[in-house]
Amino acid sequence: MNIDVVYFARYREALDSDGERLDGLFDSVDDVRKALLARGEGYAMLGEQNLMCARNQELCRLEEPVADGDEVAFFPPVTGG
Amino acid sequence: MQAAAFDPGAETNAMHAANVGVGAVVSFVGYVRDFNDGREVAGMFLEHYPGMTEKALAKIVLEAEQRWPLLKVEVLHRIGALQPGEPIVFVGVASAHRQAAFQACDFVMDYLKTRAPFWKKEQTGEGPRWVEGRQSDADAAGRW
Repeated sequence: MNIDVVYFARYREALDSDGERLDGLFDSVDDVRKALLARGEGYAMLGEQNLMCARNQELCRLEEPVADGDEVAFFPPVTGG
Repeated sequence: MQAAAFDPGAETNAMHAANVGVGAVVSFVGYVRDFNDGREVAGMFLEHYPGMTEKALAKIVLEAEQRWPLLKVEVLHRIGALQPGEPIVFVGVASAHRQAAFQACDFVMDYLKTRAPFWKKEQTGEGPRWVEGRQSDADAAGRW
């Protein structure tokens, strides 16, 4: 299955990437996160306690299930307003 | 969202235009400050998540409308480059009576601060830095 991962703000800058397409088997947003964490180095930031995530442009919990073609976003706490 | 500046006074006035049933308008305007967290701020850049931002704001407005009897809700948020003194965000809420308007405006801002995908990057004398999320904002949103 394919998951389109996108990064924002500090994560986007640190990874030097807007996002990427991941091909693999994932049950949840957390599975996607763990696959990225396993790369080490800069991806370690995805282990931050206050990480936020969204599935198909809606905030979700890490346990949120994912399906083929989903867009999964990881970002630091939002700071608008 | 918009890159262009807006006039908070004109936006506030527009909240009761053409609706004489509006008895109360509460508005909030957030501005860029020239100092934050121990450093002078020369400007900032507001990043957002295109697509999700619109959905998140619409959801927050809908939730406010379900909780209080509101006649109009308006949310404007700047994106891109901003200078100190410029307005960043406008929230206007119109209702028949003040209590719903006060509470709903407070609610929309608390939710926007913690659920709308915007990120501030400040330009300071010591270089650029991302603004960190604050626990006090999370606590404020938790009140609702």
